[in-house]
Amino acid sequence: MVKRQPVGAHYGLKDWIAQRATAVFMAIYTVIFAVCALALPELSYEAWSGLFSNGLFKFLSFLFFLSLFYHAWIGVRDIWMDYVKPTGVRLALHLVTLFLLVGYAGWAAQILWRL
Amino acid sequence: MSEVTVRKPRPKHLALNQIRLPLPGIVSILHRVSGAGLFLLLPFLLYLLDRSLGSAQTFETFSAVVGNPLVKLLLLGLLWAYLHHFCAGIRFLLLDMHKGTELAAARKSSQIVLAVSIALTLIIGVKLW
Repeated sequence: MVKRQPVGAHYGLKDWIAQRATAVFMAIYTVIFAVCALALPELSYEAWSGLFSNGLFKFLSFLFFLSLFYHAWIGVRDIWMDYVKPTGVRLALHLVTLFLLVGYAGWAAQILWRL
Repeated sequence: MSEVTVRKPRPKHLALNQIRLPLPGIVSILHRVSGAGLFLLLPFLLYLLDRSLGSAQTFETFSAVVGNPLVKLLLLGLLWAYLHHFCAGIRFLLLDMHKGTELAAARKSSQIVLAVSIALTLIIGVKLW
């Protein structure tokens, strides 16, 4: 039996945890990225694309983007929920945000796996 | 007792220009503003990453675009937004774990967030400019 509570104190818990989990991953990735970027011998195309051609770095970068888009979905959705009251407008903004972020995920995958 | 009581007009703290937000409140609203700004400019940032990783030719396009002083200024703003969101986010994670929730500690940590994010923006900004 599915026990789903449509209201109550714990309804947003999954999003709350996801927002923080993605934040922690992005923070760690940011430090890794900063160290790797600083270690580059020069800011040339060869050095820059070489960094992203590395399999592990590409994998972590893609996870960073997925985390970013999920994190942005929760954050931007919260902004619409706080300031936009008419249901129709809010729904439209939610959908536009969602479509944009899913599209960005495809774009990010294409940028990384072209290398 | 009279049915009619004279009510003083209740204060409504909705005049944004009159609200004196405490420092943790400023950090909090800047967290939201910086997040919104980063979201709005995501397509531009993805475009820059795309150009920078496409080929040696598109890397030239990337260099030309980010070489524009106005774009540099915009990117400096986004760099601050990212760093503020990063520092304030770590502060919020610590608050979630009930660390630094007392008034004095919360004020101190919001000062640190503002100072560190601006300092890092200047250091990285000067290095990249």
